Amino acid sequence: MTAPNDNANATRGISYEEPLSFERSRPGRVGYSLPELNAEERAALAAIPSDLLREELADLPELSEVDVIRHFTRLSTWNTSVDHGLYPLGSCTMKYNPKINEVVARLPGFAAAHPMQPAGLAQGLLRLCYMLERQLAEISGMDRVTLQPAAGAQGELAGIMMIRAYHEQRGEGRTKVLIPDSAHGTNPASAALNGYSVVPIPSGDDGILHPEAVEAAMADDVAALMLTNPNTLGFFESHMVRIAEIVHSKGGLVYGDGANLNAILGVARPGDLGIDVMHFNLHKTFSTPHGGGGPGAGPVGVVNQLAPYLPVPVVAKVAGPEGERFALDYEFPHSIGRLHANFGNVGMMVRAFAYIRSLGPDGLRRCAEMAVLNANYLQARLRDIFSVPYEGAVMHECVFSDKSLEATGVTTLDVAKRLIDYGYHPPTIYFPLIVHGALMIEPTESESLEGLDRFVETLLTISREAQEDPELLRGAPHNTRLRRLDETQAARRPILRWQAPSD
Amino acid sequence: MRYIPHTEADVRTMLDRIGADSVEDLFQSIPEKLQLRRPLDITAAATEQEVLAELRALAEENASSHTHGWFLGGGAYAHFAPSAVDAIVSRSEFYTSYTPYQPEISQGTLQTIFEWQTMISSLTGLDVSNASLYDGASAAAEAVLMALRVTRRKRVVVAETLHPHYREVVRTYLDGLDTEIATLPRSASGQTEVLAEAVDDTTACVVVQQPNFFGCIEDLESAAAAAHARGALLIVVVTEALSLALLRSPGEAGADIVCGEAQSFGVPLGFGGPHLGFLAARDKHVRQIPGRIAGQTVDSAGRRGFVLTLSTREQHIRRERATSNICTNQGLCLLMATVYLSLLGRVGLRRLAELNLARAETLKSALRAQGLALPFSAPTFNEFTVRVPDSGEAALERALGAGMVGGLDLRPFDAELGPAVLVCATEQSPTDRFETLATCLAGGAA
Ligand SMILES: Cc1ncc(COP(=O)(O)O)c(C=O)c1O
Repeated sequence: MTAPNDNANATRGISYEEPLSFERSRPGRVGYSLPELNAEERAALAAIPSDLLREELADLPELSEVDVIRHFTRLSTWNTSVDHGLYPLGSCTMKYNPKINEVVARLPGFAAAHPMQPAGLAQGLLRLCYMLERQLAEISGMDRVTLQPAAGAQGELAGIMMIRAYHEQRGEGRTKVLIPDSAHGTNPASAALNGYSVVPIPSGDDGILHPEAVEAAMADDVAALMLTNPNTLGFFESHMVRIAEIVHSKGGLVYGDGANLNAILGVARPGDLGIDVMHFNLHKTFSTPHGGGGPGAGPVGVVNQLAPYLPVPVVAKVAGPEGERFALDYEFPHSIGRLHANFGNVGMMVRAFAYIRSLGPDGLRRCAEMAVLNANYLQARLRDIFSVPYEGAVMHECVFSDKSLEATGVTTLDVAKRLIDYGYHPPTIYFPLIVHGALMIEPTESESLEGLDRFVETLLTISREAQEDPELLRGAPHNTRLRRLDETQAARRPILRWQAPSD
Repeated sequence: MRYIPHTEADVRTMLDRIGADSVEDLFQSIPEKLQLRRPLDITAAATEQEVLAELRALAEENASSHTHGWFLGGGAYAHFAPSAVDAIVSRSEFYTSYTPYQPEISQGTLQTIFEWQTMISSLTGLDVSNASLYDGASAAAEAVLMALRVTRRKRVVVAETLHPHYREVVRTYLDGLDTEIATLPRSASGQTEVLAEAVDDTTACVVVQQPNFFGCIEDLESAAAAAHARGALLIVVVTEALSLALLRSPGEAGADIVCGEAQSFGVPLGFGGPHLGFLAARDKHVRQIPGRIAGQTVDSAGRRGFVLTLSTREQHIRRERATSNICTNQGLCLLMATVYLSLLGRVGLRRLAELNLARAETLKSALRAQGLALPFSAPTFNEFTVRVPDSGEAALERALGAGMVGGLDLRPFDAELGPAVLVCATEQSPTDRFETLATCLAGGAA
């Protein structure tokens, strides 16, 4: 049934060389069209005294529009992307980014609206934000949602700040945050950024958190437990409710990292699990594109108890003589304040809204079901090739260790680089930190059965190669325009910008 | 569902391979009583055509620089973006990829970041730039945190003329940390006077905005001198990045960190985001910079290539000891800005900045001709403060009646200033409406 492995030559194609834009520059070339200044306008330039003016912009190139288009088009061909194929980067939920989302985000009524324009001139946008907040609240089971944080990590920071505000309001100066050892790096970084010290909690042998471990660490000086559910090993934290009780009984709060929400859409809700505050990653769960690093959006949901601390402004619905209107509410005296110059990454909110409207309740649940089916299928098929560090039925992703590779001398990194030759973006590697040489695979619901089978066949081939010809893997990738890049040299002698050759 | 490929036969095959009876079985690790036993209470799915119609209707309820004459800035600027910018940004090789963790298949993104870093270094007059932060306000907050680390001091001196939203964000980020924030008042000229006594030996940094929130161009040399005399850093925040093409670079004037918002470089207004936070600093502070940085290296065959580097600063390696918690940044906006700057280039960007200055000066003349006063004597770039006879709100209401968003009412931001409006002119502002705007702001009907 399985289609032949048509990825064998997937990365071969025409590959153009292309220098830096600065090296293409030719004096006198233009890529813009601007009006000439008239005499009066030229005279107006004297308004700024010359000693306040700068010298030439030496390092900007001079290029025609054709040059610029070709330059970046060629650069683009050096990337792989979700639109090329499977991009199983664990924890990142690289699902398909629907095209209609791109179309609606560019509508001038969204894209050319100004953040400071009066609320009366932005009713459609405010209504959309209001509806999206309500949708996310229902999906998560949280009482209130702010859309302001610009990414998951800023959402974590917002959540931690609300937790601090809550304790301070009660006159409690708690200083610690408990974080499982499997957590993503942003969790401890966010807690520390707001002045908390981090206490790591060990995961159990089954890869989940146990009430005893939390009980042992929970004390009066602990502000919160920050956990990810499903966690970064792909497991549901099934002791969640008991754990939340322990934290609450000692006056702490529970932060839920919602990066893996995709696995439980419509199946279970963080708000029903004892979580007090959580973030969403619209760029993972709700299909907004990752943009080669961003932008994302990291809305935060809270229980009512924490609502007074939400960042301002808050979108409010007000009944008026002309029917319902939407306004921005700043009257939150206990608010942690503002986190963003405006309201956050609104363009991502428009895309996420379009996505939720396109899927509806059944479609969202179907995402979770098929994402989980895909991950379990991969785990079932790949367990003969790679070692499973923690046994158990997984949710949205499956994690393997490099144990089975040990005898070959081949590393997880080598396997990842060899996958590139077969046309795949590698999985997340060396995370979570508690798994030796981790390979963390998240297929998402976007992949078909035959696509997954091809991926498995490819990994089988690679594991055979690892036995028979380890050098082939160590030298990978072979098919890309550039071969393996020297990251050590980059860090040791940093070259962080282009400099014109001195002649 | 058109985004999900599974047929019922596929599902059966896969369940068999897994050894499960049903999809439901796959969720057994979620305790029964925690499972949601009802459909989510959100509106049922709509077709693509319906979603498009629904969103078009919502979009049409908003004013924008496409529907009104636009004179509103205040940290977000209605500049023109050449068509080539969106053409490149729409390439899914760029927009559907992730952070370039695997450099061999991410050279497009990495080279773009390297080009951006070069351009920002040049524009700010500093040595190194990062690969973006969320927005100008969080960039200002990150710059302050960086200065606290570099100096190991605890006091922060912030100009009152820093964008009020940025001041709020800095306060939010510092809340809970053991620090003190002092403010520098605005002088009668509209500028910030950095008095020597405002900076002491516990001061980590002095933060000023160039041009400041009221549009005035600050004297950065004296600010740098006052800060450096006591071992503090000077942080210069820029919300109108186009000004960097015209004004003496902050780095040359003595700034240690330059950060802010680069939305002006081809990034849509988008009701405030996604925009493009940037941060640049001097070489000696490179290990305290927050966020991703791309660097040049070679591949195993000795050819030039680019990688993310100096990552021991970052959360995925250093966890609670990282310089910042940032992970996802504003990568695609960085691409927009890099394409934009490549098109405008060395000459075009300067010419565009001159055009903005000329437009603003022409608008000033039109306002003065209507008897309106400009309260501040300091030179300005493309934005300035104008006093209005009654109230900013009433003045802007009159402008709106004539189809214009005439600026920003300053009353909520500065109670002492009296009725005043912050007005901005860019290359997109309609010159044939300058007189009408002046009439409206001065109290007449259009
Ligand atoms: C588990 C987890 N938590 C938090 C984050 C941080 O989110 P963001 O990159 O949106 O800041 C990520 C993703 O990178 C993640 O995978």
